[in-house]
Amino acid sequence: MLRIEHFYVLLAVFLAYTSWHNLRAKRYAHAGFWGLVALLFATGEFVLTASKAGDKLPAQMAGIAVIAMAVLATRMRREHIAEAPEEQRRASAQRLGHRLFGPALVIPLATVLIVLLGAKLRIGNVALFAEGNIALPALAVASILAAFAALAITRTRPLQAPIEGSRLLETIGWAALLPLVLATLGGVFAASGVGEAVSSLVTAVIPADNRIACLLAFGLGMVLFTIIMGNAFAAFPVMMAGIGLPLLIQRHGADPAALGALGMLTGYCGTLMTPMAANFNLVPAALLELDDPNAVIRAQLPTAIVLMLTNLMLMYWLVFR
Amino acid sequence: MNYWPLLGIAVVVVGFALRLNPVLVVVSAGIVSAMAAGMSLPDLLALLGESFVSNRALLLFCFTLPTIGLLERAGLREHALAWIARLRGVTMVRLLIIYLAVRQGLSMVGLIDIAGHAQTVRPLLAPMAESAAEKTHGELDRAQTQRVHALAAATDNVGRFFGEDVFIAFGAVLLIQGFFAQHGISLTPIQIALWAAPTALAAFVIHAVRIAVFQRRLPRNVQEAPHAAD
Repeated sequence: MLRIEHFYVLLAVFLAYTSWHNLRAKRYAHAGFWGLVALLFATGEFVLTASKAGDKLPAQMAGIAVIAMAVLATRMRREHIAEAPEEQRRASAQRLGHRLFGPALVIPLATVLIVLLGAKLRIGNVALFAEGNIALPALAVASILAAFAALAITRTRPLQAPIEGSRLLETIGWAALLPLVLATLGGVFAASGVGEAVSSLVTAVIPADNRIACLLAFGLGMVLFTIIMGNAFAAFPVMMAGIGLPLLIQRHGADPAALGALGMLTGYCGTLMTPMAANFNLVPAALLELDDPNAVIRAQLPTAIVLMLTNLMLMYWLVFR
Repeated sequence: MNYWPLLGIAVVVVGFALRLNPVLVVVSAGIVSAMAAGMSLPDLLALLGESFVSNRALLLFCFTLPTIGLLERAGLREHALAWIARLRGVTMVRLLIIYLAVRQGLSMVGLIDIAGHAQTVRPLLAPMAESAAEKTHGELDRAQTQRVHALAAATDNVGRFFGEDVFIAFGAVLLIQGFFAQHGISLTPIQIALWAAPTALAAFVIHAVRIAVFQRRLPRNVQEAPHAAD
C-alpha cells in the first residue's frame, strides 16, 4: 500500500542527491543544508511516532537540525548553474513543438484522476493507496509518471531527471524551504499563545457579538499580518486561532472550508502590498533593473485593494450561507 | 493574558527590515515567541522539530522539478515564446491578459514553478510587453518602459497567487486542511479548493481591467513616434 510517508523517503533520496552533488562541488554550506533537510524528511515519521509515544528526544534532535539548517541558509549563495545551450534548446523546441506541453499536463490530469479513482485501484486484493488523504500520494505518483513521459518524449537518459530537478532546486535555494519554515512558525506561534494574545487584543476592541465586525477583523487582520510577516502562511494559523475559529466558526457558525480558503486568499492581497514578500516584490524589481525597488508593489496595489474588498464581500456572502 | 509571545512578530519585522536571511529570521522568531511564553529549551526544540516534520507536505512540489527541468532543457520556454510570437494581433493588453490567464491556469493545476520572475518575466514577458506596447504607442521613455516592466511582474504575481489555491494538492490548501485537522474539523482538500474559485475569477477580471486601463492611459504621455504614424 502506498502511503505519503513512502514518498517523503523518496524525496529525501532526491534531497540527499542534491546534497551529494554540492559536496562534490565543494559547496559545503549547500551540501550541509540539503543534507539536513534530507535527514529531516527521511526520519520525519519516526520523529512523530516517537513523540506521540512520549519519547521527545528524536523531536528535539529534529529541532536542533532545524536551527542548524537556518544557520546554514545564511551561508548559501546563488550561483548560475549551466543549462543546455540555447541553440540546442531552440532546435529541440522546433522538433518537439506542442508535444513539450504533454508531460507538464500529465501532472495535474493524473493527480485528479488518481484522486477520483484511487480508492478503487488495487493489485490483486491489496488496495494500491492506503486509506486517508489521497491527494498527496496522487500528486507524487503523477509527478513521477510525468517525469517518465518527459524522458520518453525528449529521449533523454533517465539519470538526467534528478540532475535537472537538482539544478532547479538549487536555483530556488533556501527559498524552497520558506513556506515550510513559515508553516513551522505558525505552529510554534500557535503553541506559544500568539493567537490568543491577538484574539484578546482584538476582542477588547471589537464587539464580538457582531459577526460583520468579527469578519472584518479576521479579513483585515489576515491582510495586516501578511503585510507584517510577508507571507499569508504564517498569518493564517494566528488569525484563525485568534478570531476565525473561536468567534466566526464556533460562535457565529461560519463554514470552515469557505472561511479557510477565502481568508487565506484575502491574506494573499496583503502579499501583493508588502516589501516583506521579498521573493515576489523586491526580487523581480531587482531582476528587471527597475529604479524604484517598490515599483512592482505600486503596479499591484490597485488590484490588491479592489480584490481585498471583493474578498471581504465574498466572505460575507459565502461563509454564512 | 501573556502578551510577551507577540515579541516573535517584532523579530520578524526587524529581521526583514535588516534584510537578514528569511529562514534564519523565521526560525529565530519562533524561538523568541516560545521562550517568551515560558517554554523550556527541551520543549522548545521538540516543538520546533515536530512542527517542521509535520509540515513536510509543503515540499512535495519538488517532485515536479525533474519533469520541468527536463522540459526546460528540451526547449519548453523557447517553444512557448515562438508559439506566442506566431499568434497574430498581439497587443500589450492582449499579451498580458493571455499571460495572466495561462499563468493562472497553470498555477491552478499545480504548475507553479513553470513560470516566474526569473524564468519567464525577465527573459520573455517584460521585453515582449515592451515591444507590444511600442507597436501601438510609439517609442516609450525610460519611466514608461519601467512601468510596463513592473506591470508585467505584477501580472505574474497575480496569476500565480490566485490560481494556486484552486489546485487540490498544494501548499495553502494543505495548510488550511492541516490547521482544521489539528482542531478537530476534518475537511478534504477538494472542499477547500472549491472556495478559491470565486476569488480566482475576481482576480482575473480585476487585473485584466487594470491592464486595459493602464494601456489606455499610456498614449497620453507618449509622443507619437514617426514610424507609428503610418
